[in-house]
This record gives sequence, structure tokens and C-alpha cells, in this order.
Amino acid sequence: MIDLLALCAFNAAYADTIDSDALEQWPGFFTEECHYRITHIENEREGLAAGIVYADSRAMLEDRIAALREANIYERQRYRHLLGMPRLQNAQAESAEARTPFIVARIMATGQTEVFATGVYQDRFVRQEGQLRLQSRVAVCDSTVIDTLLALPL
Amino acid sequence: MHNDIQSQPVHWSGPGLTRIPFAVYSDPQLAADEQARIFRGEVWNYLCLEAELPDAGSYRTTFAGETPVVVVRDDDGEIYAFENRCAHRGALIALEKSGRSDNFQCVYHAWSYNRQGDLTGVAFEKGVKGQGGMPASFCKEAHGPRKLRIASFCGLVFGSFSENVPSIEEYLGDEICQRIERVLHKPVEVIGRFTQALPNNWKLYVENVKDSYHASLLHLFFTTFELNRLSQKGGVIVDGSGGHHVSYSMIDTAAEKDASYREQALRSDNDRYRLKDPSVLAGFKEYDDGVTLQILSVFPGFVLQQIQNCLAVRQVLPRGTTRTELNWTYIGYADDTPEQRKVRLKQSNLVGPAGFISMEDGAVGGFVQRGIAGAADHEAIVEMGGDATASSEGRATEASVRGFWKAYRRHMGA
Ligand code: FES
Ligand SMILES: [Fe+2]
Repeated sequence: MIDLLALCAFNAAYADTIDSDALEQWPGFFTEECHYRITHIENEREGLAAGIVYADSRAMLEDRIAALREANIYERQRYRHLLGMPRLQNAQAESAEARTPFIVARIMATGQTEVFATGVYQDRFVRQEGQLRLQSRVAVCDSTVIDTLLALPL
Repeated sequence: MHNDIQSQPVHWSGPGLTRIPFAVYSDPQLAADEQARIFRGEVWNYLCLEAELPDAGSYRTTFAGETPVVVVRDDDGEIYAFENRCAHRGALIALEKSGRSDNFQCVYHAWSYNRQGDLTGVAFEKGVKGQGGMPASFCKEAHGPRKLRIASFCGLVFGSFSENVPSIEEYLGDEICQRIERVLHKPVEVIGRFTQALPNNWKLYVENVKDSYHASLLHLFFTTFELNRLSQKGGVIVDGSGGHHVSYSMIDTAAEKDASYREQALRSDNDRYRLKDPSVLAGFKEYDDGVTLQILSVFPGFVLQQIQNCLAVRQVLPRGTTRTELNWTYIGYADDTPEQRKVRLKQSNLVGPAGFISMEDGAVGGFVQRGIAGAADHEAIVEMGGDATASSEGRATEASVRGFWKAYRRHMGA
């Protein structure tokens, strides 16, 4: 059975990977065929499918990191994720569904820290070769407004 | 008309359009004048899509510049718009972003309005137990929020506070009308909405949209991943007023073949920078003219975008001198197949606040805004491609940016 502690450990590693700039490892948290989307609560309520980021394969997530490293231009910035306790909605031996609230602060090149996003991850986890992986993570932001740009993943 | 002699808060060094005083991006008096002369003046402000007002009673709250507006469809099928400001003390009338309503009632003292913006009810109008109430001379018909003229074109709803603004077709002109019709030729459906808060004056974003020359310099996604080594045919159209523009290009399939053959030998060197999942760009042909990219703007703050199969409208709204809200509405056609819809969703990775080819646009305006602090007496140089505002086939030109300033100076009487 996938339990709460396993999900907490997974999320802690996920957040630390992004916050410590080990972005190349981030796609590894997902299954090869996966769904990753960043949206907000109003789109979700209305059933509108588009995302700020919309990916349906791990390769697309890898491409995004490669683009951030090689092509996209943005000021240096990093995140600090604070993740709440996952609310397990459905736990089985090989899969689980959970909702986990997040708050992400953004630290800019200027030295300023500001709350950048809050929301909830709506997740579906599966166990593959003994490892937990995300088959689907939809980051539903509480705010409908994104400040300036969203470079790093949530 | 603005031929009144009023003092201009910002000094233009000449009649031309190649030198833009930096003060236009920060002067508070100028920003206030823009609200009166442009957004509440002789322009058509984009308000929303007709598709967002499907039924009688459907409404949306939106803005004309900074002025809050309610847009609503009535039983007669027509669309009406009025200032979202109660005639009593000025509170917002409608608080939600959208909804359905038979009428509107202000929460403060319960004055009510019909869908056409007429004041229809005043709570306690006759007083209570013979005490108080409005004077007998008070005439509800004489009071109400200011109404906007409405024009709908290809499913785009525009509103104007001006009695003198020409019809929407005349305002846009033939070329722009055709280029809108090209994309909005059948019913659309909203597939997502996002707002991007920009740390800069609204005009810097509008200029960025019109500035086709920055694209291949700032946005390196296509070049890095070797997707844009094609010589693309295209051009820039600037309408007679200067305020509207289209830039467009098409992938030249003959050139594509040539280039890909030539590059076979080099490919091994560059494996690192190829898309692992190129499906993000795998589109389908949807327009017979071969145009794969068309960015169109309408003065003052509307953008219609076709980037391959990714369609969106953008509404640029000033929020004080150094803040802008950019509202993205992603659309598909109502008759999209599930496969076509999926393509649009994937290609939306190219645009918006996290867009591979547009995330930078959210930041560069801020770089300018921060860069020009303390330089209110200096000016920008907009001289690429000369000093004209004419249409051209080449895109290494700032003609459409100069066109914006031509329209801007006319409206502002500057
Ligand atoms: S302000 Fe609206 S009823 Fe008084
Ligand atoms: Fe751009």
C-alpha cells in the first residue's frame, strides 16, 4: 500500500530538486507517459483544458528544462516550495491519488523574495520498478494572475 | 476632437516618429490623459468574445482601459455594455468575472439596473412609512451608468465611449478586417484564460507586439533547437492610421527541404539541442494561404494571434503607469476534432507566461521600465527600416512601432 509517508518523502525530494536547481532530475519524477499541467482554479472550475504549461510526456518535460538552460532568457531566480500534507484520496498497492497544497516563494536576482504561487497539486502516483512516480500532476494555482513570467516548473 | 490647446506633460523633440521620449512610459499626468483621450476617446476597445456571452443574460465584467465595464446579452440577442459603476455612489455593480443574470443590483444600497444599463429601481424610493425617500423630482431615466457603443466583428466584441468613432469596419480598414476574418471565420470556443501581470507601462507591451525585429534576437527557442533555419516569406502590414498592424510569415516548404538536406552532415554535432518530443510543434494545415504565423494588433490594446495552430486573443490593460495586465484567452474552433484540440493545447506551450517563444516578452518591458528610471529627459530610437510607417515585406523594420506612435500622437493631440 502506498502510504502518506511515502508521498511526503516523494514531495520533499521533488521540491528540493527544483529549489536546489537540480532541474535535470525533475522529469525523472514522472512516468514516461504522463500529464503535467499548470493551470488555475477558474479554468479548472469551468473545465477549460489549456495550461500555462501543458505536457503529455516526460520527454516534453526534458525539452522544457533544456530550453530553460539553453534558449530562454530570464533573470536569475529560484523558488522555495513549502508543501503541505498530502490528502490521500485513494491508496492502493501500486497507485494512489492525492491533493497536496503548495506555496512557492520566488527569490529574484535583485534579492527580493515574494510569494509567487499558491495552490494544490492534484496527483496520481504509480509504483514503477519499486519507485513512486507521477503519472499525472496538475498544479492548480489559486491566483489567476502570473507575475511577469513562469520560467521554473512548479 | 482634441485640437484644444492644452499643455502636454511630455515634450516630443520633433514631429517625427523615430524618437520616443522615455517620459511617456512613466508620466502620471500623461497616463491620466491617455485614459480620457484614448481609452474613453475615439477608439474601439476590445471587451470580450461573443462566444463568452452565449445566452440572454450572460455577462462578463471587463475593462476599457482602466474603466470597469459590464458586457451583457439581452433577450433581444443584442449585446450591451455600460460602466460597471453604480449611479448612486459609484460602487461596482457586478462583482463576478462572469455569470448569468436577469438584472443587476448594486450591493451597497440595492439600486437596480436592467441588462441594458438603465436604472430601473431605487430601494426605498418612496421612503419608509412616509418618511424619507427620493424627492419627487428624481427621475430614474436621467441617471444610470454611462453606456458604451458596441460593435461586434467576427465574434469580437468592441466598445466605445465615443459618439464620433467610425464604424468598426471603417476603424479597422479592409486589410485588417480581412486578416481578422481569415482566423475568425467560424465559431470559436474558449479553451483557457490566463492573466499575466507585466511590470511595465502598457505601451511597452503593445510596442513589443508590433516589433517584429526583436523576435529572432530575443526568442532563441527556434534557433537553439534548429527549428527556424528556414528563410521565411512574410511581411508587415501597417494600416493607414498606423494604429493597427499584422505581421505574418509562412514556412517555405521548398527551402525547408533544401536546408534539411544540407544539414544532414552536421546533425551529429548538434544532437544535444533537438527536441526529444517534437510533437509540441506537430501541427496540421488549417489555412489555405500557407501563413503559419500571424500576429495582428488593433489600437489601442488588442492582439489576435495565430502561431501555427495556437490561437489566442490578448487584451492589454493599463494598471497605473508601470503595471499592465495582459489577458490571454486561448481559443479553438467549436468544430475541432479531439486531435486538433490536442494540437492546440500542446502548442500553447509556445505562448503565455511560460511560453517557449514568448516568456521573454513578459520580462523585457520590465527591463526597459527599470532601465529608463532617471532618464525622463532622454528618448528611445525607433529608426530601424527608416522613418516611415509603410507596409513592407521585410521584417527588419520598426515601421509598425512607428505606426503606433503615429496613432497615439493623433489621439493625444501631441
Ligand atoms: S452605491 Fe450602488 S446603490 Fe448606493
Ligand atoms: Fe516577442
